[in-house]
Amino acid sequence: MNYLWAFLVGGAICVVGQLLIDLTKLTPARILVIFVVSGVVLSALGIWEPLVDFAGAGATVPILGFGHTLAQGVEKAVAQHGFTGIFTGGLSACSCGVSASLIFGFIAAVVTKSKSQS
Amino acid sequence: MKTNKKQYDKMVKNSSPNSRVVRNCVWAFLVGGVICFTGEVLMNAYTKMYFTVGDARLLTSITLVALSALLTAVGWYGRLAKRAGAGTLVPITGFANAVVSPAIEFKSEGLITGVACKMFIIAGPVIVYGTLASVMYGIILFVKGRFGL
Amino acid sequence: MYIKYKRPVAITAWASVVGKKESHGLLTGKFDEECSDDYFGRETWEKAETELQTRCIDHLLHKKGISKNDVEIIFGGDLCNQITSTAYTMRHFGTPFMGLYNACSTMAESMIAAACMVDGGYASNAVALASSHFCTAERQFRTPLDYGGKRTPTAQWTVTGCGSVIVERFGKHAFINAAQVGRVVDLGVKDANNMGAAMAPAAAETLKKFLYSSGTDCSDYDAIYTGDLGRVGSELFFQLLQNEKINIENHTDCGCMIFSPGQNVQSGASGCGCGASVLAAHILPKFESGEYKNILFIATGALMSPTTSMQGESIPCIAHLVNIKSKEEAHKK
Repeated sequence: MNYLWAFLVGGAICVVGQLLIDLTKLTPARILVIFVVSGVVLSALGIWEPLVDFAGAGATVPILGFGHTLAQGVEKAVAQHGFTGIFTGGLSACSCGVSASLIFGFIAAVVTKSKSQS
Repeated sequence: MKTNKKQYDKMVKNSSPNSRVVRNCVWAFLVGGVICFTGEVLMNAYTKMYFTVGDARLLTSITLVALSALLTAVGWYGRLAKRAGAGTLVPITGFANAVVSPAIEFKSEGLITGVACKMFIIAGPVIVYGTLASVMYGIILFVKGRFGL
Repeated sequence: MYIKYKRPVAITAWASVVGKKESHGLLTGKFDEECSDDYFGRETWEKAETELQTRCIDHLLHKKGISKNDVEIIFGGDLCNQITSTAYTMRHFGTPFMGLYNACSTMAESMIAAACMVDGGYASNAVALASSHFCTAERQFRTPLDYGGKRTPTAQWTVTGCGSVIVERFGKHAFINAAQVGRVVDLGVKDANNMGAAMAPAAAETLKKFLYSSGTDCSDYDAIYTGDLGRVGSELFFQLLQNEKINIENHTDCGCMIFSPGQNVQSGASGCGCGASVLAAHILPKFESGEYKNILFIATGALMSPTTSMQGESIPCIAHLVNIKSKEEAHKK
């Protein structure tokens, strides 16, 4: 059942993104920014965690989940470290995805080169 | 010219074909869904290997990012994205593609001035505004905690 | 500005080279070279475009049977910042060179300048060329090639191609008879993914001015070609002319001629290489075969940059027109 919900919820979130692309003048870069900030807000309002429990990767894999990770990170850090947690929480929590992209991006750049499209 | 800007704006709107919204959404739904489904499969696999839920989540992200980097490097991610649109943009694999593709593209300008400088030209805003939003949330949490609101 | 050359200037040879996608399109077999490797055997896309131009000029000189030392002056340009592709091609040529940039209208611009040079008697021959490469344009104007993005239905596909011609005092088939140097026109289109719409007003204005100055009608020409308006731009071009009470039935857009509908190019082809390669591969050969006697070639250019687009500016556009006639037509009194 979890698999089905992950598929449905994840797909539905992408449809929202597609509608924003097709029906508004927003560029993909702006849509991603809107999504990640919305993720932080939805998480702060306590809406996202229940959805994660329900749909698993369907809620964590979309970029909204990235916002959720940022918000959770800052929650934990402020609770533990107080003031400095404001600065460390978000980036430490999302450091995994960012570092992974950076590392694999670098490796990909070293081993391959730009290709033409058809 | 007898046509002014206002009239021309109308003409352009009438003559420019609209996106095929329904077809685009079906593609986005299916591809986005499959990527999240893959995430769920990985998540379950990692938790079965006795990783904690937190670690499994991180490993799932790493795996998806690695897969996206691989597909980007062989040129398949871009090809899929031409149809999938937001289906490949919105998941974390889209973020990885946005980091990996400029890294590959600007290799010709050098490992430092090309790859490293240009790596975050597309994905950078996500990190900037995501972090800013989390800091705002952190300030709210901190103030709330201090003054017991 | 309307130019009626004192004596028509002959186009004595032409050549075109294109890349892989173009070689699978509608004009396959008509180009002098169709390279299946978009890198053209080089390491970077910029070097590839330089190689593309070099091969195109080599074909041109070979067809004409002269060496590069016989060329007196070259006019040309491309879409790269600071028109480096052309400048780097010229590095190995040692021929006097004037670099031109008017985006995708550069081919017509180069031809007008080259014809002026010959007609004025300052040079006995002159080469005009223009090129574009999908990959150099994409990484400069849009996104990295491997980035996953969906194209909007109005977007156009930059042609990997180069076209060149050599003009002289005397010749057999095609003659540059007159020209119209366009003005920058901007009707407020901001969408860089709808360049056909941005450029259509410039094309319409240049054509209108030319018809007025030359005292001719659209029906006086065998064909009227525009450079790269694409399907959306062509439709708007037609409507704009109707608003001016100009009826045009013999219009073809080079941007709709290169790729087949199945090649997933949305509104059509674009780029300096689009009009330039179609001119050399499709239009000029028809003068040789006698099919064409009198045509108009209107190359259109969108003069924005990624910087001006991000600053929210609309897209200023330009169109230059060249009137090409057969020998009999050109020398008719």
